[in-house]
Formats: sequence, C-alpha cells, structure tokens
Amino acid sequence: MKKGYFGEFGGCFVPELLIPPLREVEEAMETLLPKDAFQEELQLLLHDFAGRPTPVTKCPKLSKELGFTLWLKREDLLHTGAHKINNALGQALLAKYMGKRKLIAETGAGQHGVATACAAARLGLECEIYMGSEDVERQSSNVARMRLLNAKVHPVSTGSRTLKDAINETLRVWIREQATTHYCFGTAAGPHPFPSLVKLFQRVISRESKVQMREHTGSLPDAVVACVGGGSNAIGAFAEYLDEPGVRLIGVEAAGSGETGCFNSASLTLGTPGVLHGNYTMLLQNADGQIEPSHSISAGLDYPGVGPEHAFLQKSGRVTYGMVKDANVIAAFMRLCRTEGILPALESSHALAWVFDHPQEFAAGSNVLVNLSGRGDKDLGIVTGYLGSDFMGEGE
Amino acid sequence: MHSLEVKISAAKAAGKPALVPFLTAGFPDRSSFWPTMVELDENGADIIEIGVPFSDPCADGPVIEAASKEVLQQGVCVRDIMHGLMDRKGLFSADLVLMGYYNPFYQYGLEKVAREAKEGGVTGFIVPDLPLEESEPMRSALRKEGIALITLVGPNTSLERMKEYAACSEGYVYVVSVMGVTGARNSFPPELEETLLRAREAFSLPIALGFGLQDPKQLAGLSEKARPDAVIFGSALIRALSDGQSAADFLARWR
Repeated sequence: MKKGYFGEFGGCFVPELLIPPLREVEEAMETLLPKDAFQEELQLLLHDFAGRPTPVTKCPKLSKELGFTLWLKREDLLHTGAHKINNALGQALLAKYMGKRKLIAETGAGQHGVATACAAARLGLECEIYMGSEDVERQSSNVARMRLLNAKVHPVSTGSRTLKDAINETLRVWIREQATTHYCFGTAAGPHPFPSLVKLFQRVISRESKVQMREHTGSLPDAVVACVGGGSNAIGAFAEYLDEPGVRLIGVEAAGSGETGCFNSASLTLGTPGVLHGNYTMLLQNADGQIEPSHSISAGLDYPGVGPEHAFLQKSGRVTYGMVKDANVIAAFMRLCRTEGILPALESSHALAWVFDHPQEFAAGSNVLVNLSGRGDKDLGIVTGYLGSDFMGEGE
Repeated sequence: MHSLEVKISAAKAAGKPALVPFLTAGFPDRSSFWPTMVELDENGADIIEIGVPFSDPCADGPVIEAASKEVLQQGVCVRDIMHGLMDRKGLFSADLVLMGYYNPFYQYGLEKVAREAKEGGVTGFIVPDLPLEESEPMRSALRKEGIALITLVGPNTSLERMKEYAACSEGYVYVVSVMGVTGARNSFPPELEETLLRAREAFSLPIALGFGLQDPKQLAGLSEKARPDAVIFGSALIRALSDGQSAADFLARWR
C-alpha cells in the first residue's frame, strides 16, 4: 500500500511548503514516539492528569429494556470531558520532544481547542486556537475556557466560518510558523501522517476496553458502536478490534434534521470521494467539487469530510456505517440521562440512538459496547433549546 | 522546448522578465472577466494564469480567497471556464495556465480536463495541493495533451527535493517567495536569494517568482544570477482591479 494510504483513501494533498513539517512529524512519530521515555511520560499524563483508565459501565435498566447487555466506555469521565484529551496530550508531548515551543490547532465545538489548551498549559507550550467565527459565537463558554487556560483564540471569518475554514486557516498559519510550531490536528483526518498519528493516540480506548470486557464478561464484545464526525473516537474505539472478525463494528453519522436535502454531516453515507484538507476521502460536495456546508445538532460531528481510514473500512465492509436524525439523538440523550443517570454528549448520543433504534440488530444476551466519547454538560443549551419552553417549565 | 519555456525565453531575449498576471476566473464579474483577459493580453502579459475557484483554498491569502468566494457565488465552475476558453481559442497571444486546487479538476475528470484544456489553448496547470507524490495521475493526463504541470517550490524546499521534482518538471518552475500564502508584501525575506539560486542549480527550466510581488523594485536586491526569468502577480492585480485601476495601467509599471 502507498505510504499514508488506507486502500485508495488518504494521502498527502498539501502545498509543497507543508511537506517538510509533515515529514518532520512523521519522523518524530517513527523515532521519538516509540521511545521508553516518551511512552512513560505519556502514560503518566494519561493516568494522573487525564484520569485514565476510564471504566466500562454496564447499563442494567437499559439492558433489560433492550434484551441485550449495553456497556458504555466512559470517555466522558476524562479531564476536559471527552476523548479529545488523549490525542491532545500525545501530540503536545510529541511537540515538546520535537523542540517546538508552540501549538496551533483548529476547533469546531471547542472540545479539541480546550483539550489542546490544557495540554499546552500543562506542558509549558504556547497555544493559539483557530475557530470559525460562527462557532466562536455558538460555543462561547468553551472560548472562555480556552482563554482562561491562556490560549489565544482567533475567530476565522472566511468561507462558511466553521470548522472546515478553521482548518484552512490553521494550515495557512502553519506554513508560516512551522519552524517553531506544531499543528495539533484534532481528528483522524487531514494529510498523512495525521490520520495514523491520531489513531495511535486514540487506540488506548479499545486497548483498555478489550481487557475490561474480558474481565466483565469473559469474552470480547459482540459489537462496538461509536459516532463518526472526523472519526477520531471511532477509530480509537475500533482499532484493537479490527482484526477480531467476531466483533461487529458500527460507526454512526449525523443525518441532520432528516428532511429531504437537509444539511447533514454524513459524508460516508451520503457523500462522494474527493480531496479536502490533504486527504482523499468521502466528502459532502457538489458536482463541481466545491465543498458543501455541513450541519449537525452536535457541533463535534459537524464536518463535511471524514478520516480516510473510515472511508476505507466502509469500502472494505469491515465497519458498517449508519446515520441518525437529530430528534432521535435528543431522545437517546434523554433516555440515558433518565434510566442510567449519565448525561452523554450529543455526539455520543448518536451512537446510543442507533443502538436504541435498531435493537433487532443485536442477538438476545449479546454484549454491545458503545463508546461514550464525551459528556453532555456542554450541550445543555442546545438540548433545552431543542426541547423548548414546555420542557423548561416542567415540574416547577 | 515547451511553449511556456519559449514564451519566457523570448522575454528574456528582449532583456526583461516575462510578465505573468494571475486573474481569478469570473473576476471582477462574469461580464468583464474576458475583456480584462484581453486587456492583459494586449498590454504585455506573456503568460496569463487563470485562477479556478475552490471553496477551501488553503494556500491562498485573503485577497484571492475573497475573489474565489465571490465568483463561486456567481456560479463560476470548471465547465464554464473550459467552455469560455474553447470559445475563444486563438484569441490570446499569451500562453494560458490554469491554477486551481485538485478537487474541482478531479471531479470534472482528469482526462476531460486535459482534453478540453488543450482544446481551449491551455499550455500549463498549477495545482497547489498536489505535491510530487500525489501528482502522477494528473501529470500523465496532462502530458498526453502536451500540457505542463508546473512545479512549485519554496524557501523550505531542499536542493535534493528540487532535484526530485526536476526529473519530471516542464514549462517553468514556480518559486514561492515566502513562507506563507498568496498576498502582496512590501519586502522579501533575506533567504529569497538563496532559494532562487538553489532552484537555478536544480532546474534547467526558467524560474518564475510569485507570492507577494507588487512592485518591480522588490527585485532590485537580487543578484543577476538569482533574478527570476518571469514574475507572477495575483493579489496585487486583483486588488488594483477592485480599486478601479485598469489592467493596462497595472501592467504598465512592469513593462
């Protein structure tokens, strides 16, 4: 297979001026990252700072309702509230080993921005975050968190003023600042080596869950389900199971409102192949090859592309990808809150919703593991807004 | 010798760098784009680079990005540009080069792009997000029609890497003057001289300098050997046109 490719997908479609810094990252990934000192320091950060390992939690009431056993991998319990910290700490530490003094990163909802800002503060690196100006307005509390953590937040007001434009801008800045700066890319997409690097830092999710499921049930789960935007939590949740043919893997995309022709973020289910942000992958685009705006009720899935390995896993048939509408996502969010006392992120609620909506897909008594990639505190405004005034008045 | 090389050599023989304006297709608006092209052609442009718009132009600064966005809103697309060129074949004495990101060309179909480009009199392509390792499919589609895929190098491109490119380059070599995106700048970084000399060593093709050019005086500090054979200006021209200056006036100070 060609370097940086997953089947036909992936690659490194970037301006020549970005080839040297990408090669530098690739070299660091191959030489610095495997070193004992690096691995020990990363383990310590993940354990003592981020709160790993995260447990798997059995959901007794839901299991009874569904007829199979539902387990949750609790990435929501991590510091900063989502799996994003796994990658941010890994890349920040790598940047430090590479002798860089600054991190730059894009963020959509702000989760990756907050995780990167924390990692930078912890490791003594400068940090600048690029965020679409529309997102800056929609996610003002995360902007405040980043600023408190001493990161500079730059609103990006070009293009559609959302995540994809923030990535464009961060790539531009990286051309200029590559000598001193590492681009801490937030998801398992982008140019080679980012899809592989981010997977390396996220595979800890399935490394842990494999051992934990064996401890709890004596065997591997029958299915693993994760939401897919760019696809970093999903690739981490799937990685250790890819070579276990007995484990079904299911990725869930955001279908948007579900009306015909509505904006969505389901590039695998509804998109076509093309090149964006340095890789050949599945994209939401028009017939002229212009990228379409995406939409999701969960800002963290709101992206018109997807990591190239997911495009490959879809084509090879190893992973099945489905999608879920906004209304079902909200219903799943509520159901988990009320039956199990866990408040999931809207992103992760997509994975839950798919399981709730397709109980017939799972045999009675089987073990189904959902990657609960983040917690929902950040989504309260969106959820209460969606439910409207009836809900807010309820019980008062 | 490729026709792009011939054009640049002819300017060189006349003792001046070849002039290579860049204009986003459909800019300033659909009705005045082609007349502006004619004006550039009649006022000394040796090669004209036509910008093909893309929604996500990650190597461009704010001026060209805004121009791309504007023309996309007017519905400009690859098909339009190809048909516009085919309708005007033979009208321009300058060589024509299409510059744009990979995805719109890829979706149009690489062979169709190459065929229609040739039909429209295009002799070169510049695709800024297609580095050497990813360039083969497009390069071979273009080569079949005798069209050059122009190589881009910059201040952080090593001599070794330039030599890898030299083995398959045609037309001219586009030297990016600064570590950054497109957009006019007042001065060049001190390492520009070295970058140009490195390119001279690696390539036997003419050297064109772009990114940041707005005034011929910017070249004064360069040694004779480093001085480019062609100069490319995009953002400065687009800004001048936006400010109501004519293409002819803009070119006058470069002639």
